[in-house]
Amino acid sequence: MFTFIVRRIFSLFLVLLVAVTASFCLLRLAPGNPFTQGERAITPEQLDAEERKYELDGSLFSQWARYIGVMPNHKKEFSGLLQGDFQPCLKYKDRTVRELIDQTIPVSATLGALALLLATVVGVTLGSFAALKKDKLADAGAMFFALFAVSLPTFVVGPALILIFALWLGWLPVGGWNGVSSLVLPAITLAGPFIAYISRLTRTSMLEVLGQDFIRTARAKGLAEKRVIYRHALKVAILPVVSFVGPLAANLVTGSLVVESVFNLPGMGGFFVNSVLNRDVFLCCGTVVIYCTLLVLLNLVVDVAYKFLDPRITLDE
Amino acid sequence: MSSPASQPGALRRLLKNPKAIAALAVLGLIVLLAIAGPLVFPYAPETTTSAKLTAPSAAHWFGTDLNGRDLFSRVLQGARVSLIVGLCGALISFLIGTTYGLISGYVGGRTDNVMMRLVEVLHSVPRLIIIIVAIFTFAPRLEGFLHEKWPEMKGYAKVLIIILSLGLIEWLSMARIVRGQVLTLKEQQFVLAARALGQSHTRIILRHLLPNLIGVVVVYLTLTIPAVILDESFLSFLGLGISDPQASWGSLLSDGKNAINPIRSYWWLLVFPAAAMSLTLLALNFLGDALRDALDPRARR
Repeated sequence: MFTFIVRRIFSLFLVLLVAVTASFCLLRLAPGNPFTQGERAITPEQLDAEERKYELDGSLFSQWARYIGVMPNHKKEFSGLLQGDFQPCLKYKDRTVRELIDQTIPVSATLGALALLLATVVGVTLGSFAALKKDKLADAGAMFFALFAVSLPTFVVGPALILIFALWLGWLPVGGWNGVSSLVLPAITLAGPFIAYISRLTRTSMLEVLGQDFIRTARAKGLAEKRVIYRHALKVAILPVVSFVGPLAANLVTGSLVVESVFNLPGMGGFFVNSVLNRDVFLCCGTVVIYCTLLVLLNLVVDVAYKFLDPRITLDE
Repeated sequence: MSSPASQPGALRRLLKNPKAIAALAVLGLIVLLAIAGPLVFPYAPETTTSAKLTAPSAAHWFGTDLNGRDLFSRVLQGARVSLIVGLCGALISFLIGTTYGLISGYVGGRTDNVMMRLVEVLHSVPRLIIIIVAIFTFAPRLEGFLHEKWPEMKGYAKVLIIILSLGLIEWLSMARIVRGQVLTLKEQQFVLAARALGQSHTRIILRHLLPNLIGVVVVYLTLTIPAVILDESFLSFLGLGISDPQASWGSLLSDGKNAINPIRSYWWLLVFPAAAMSLTLLALNFLGDALRDALDPRARR
């Protein structure tokens, strides 16, 4: 178990290195540059000066090495990711990447956590319910709803919910970032498609588990049906859901651009997309670092959770 | 595992499934409307009139938009673009994914290892970076190329770029799935027998492996089409997709979303494109489900 976790932490650095390198190179090789403000073109001399100032001059390799922090910069210092320096933003020049991330993470994380909770609870409930009523109307209804939810893009669900609950009924605010009530609609919008995935996953896996011997044994020894389902079946049936939720959580917490922009929330998703559009390498790679770290750590949590849910699983490969 | 290709009656099972029939009927109707619609209906999608933002009526079934264009015609035109993008994007991802997965799984060993690490690397980079970089890299070149060689196709440059970029990003899961299947298939006796008989690798791949992969691949292809359509609508939402005067469901939806405001809600601009798109995606997802049921050997019980 211990060696497993250590090995995973080590692989985190490998994944981080690969993802940051790939993002960095892609953005630097793509046409365009982060220094053009608006429509006004800048002269090659200005561009050279800007690139030199931000250590983005010279070969791609040396740019990358200075950003990572394995090569000294013009001031003869090592100042890169390895030293914990995320660099300034290239587009919003008075702010550093660190500041922006610190400001946006709480918004995205709160929204993401809320959506994750909603998706898991509703999804698992709906899925188990459908599995218990297999081939009955309720099952068909639940699964139809699930497919329907995957078939709607979030930027349609968002405005539709605003239209109904904020503008017509006036129950909830239209958008913005103030209090829990302003997070209800965004969380529902964000969770929608994942409720669908999770409920389908739960249903399939529940049906498989219900056909297994240990369930028959549990029933045969006279356990109440509720206990059979919630204590015995669900514990195993939830495994595929757990492994789906890991990467999903990383996605949700780092923010969904669409939901944030529809509801006017100052989260990380919007900054990430703009950083790509603006070729702001530093901001983009900064968000990639956060995203990959979350992804690997949450996957680790998932694997450890697996072990506790199903003792048959051993972690050492 | 029994092989899907050798399952007689997969098609019959599919056609017995009411879900599949309904999905096929809906899809058929939408495709028919998309192809024939613009020829039959009276308003050209690009014609602007003075009847701006009128609610649905007998003259304009779905109402009109900000420029007085008939929304019904726009939705039909959007159907053409969205369906083509979905279909072609999925086909590209299918071609790359299947070839890649086949080679990786069949050759195995170190090649397999390297090829799968590459897939993992591409997976770890957020998709959006790759898509946007691909669009910005391809767009000027393709437009230049079309301008020189094929001027009448120039208006379609954007559509082609989106198809290419989405096709080039969506193949990763397909490659993984195909590789996994090939790994189990190639250890089975009929493949070993074919090899013992001295058949060439090409022949084994084409005659023995490929037919057995069709089931999985077809199911996944049906599910990739809606994914690509959704991706395109997301790009349109960002303003990177199809732009005026052309229309896709995504671009219509993103216009419609902007028409929802506290003062006046032009609901029809959002509702009708949303309905068209979700109906299509719903039908495709249903079809994918039904195909899986029909091809899944375990479902034969």
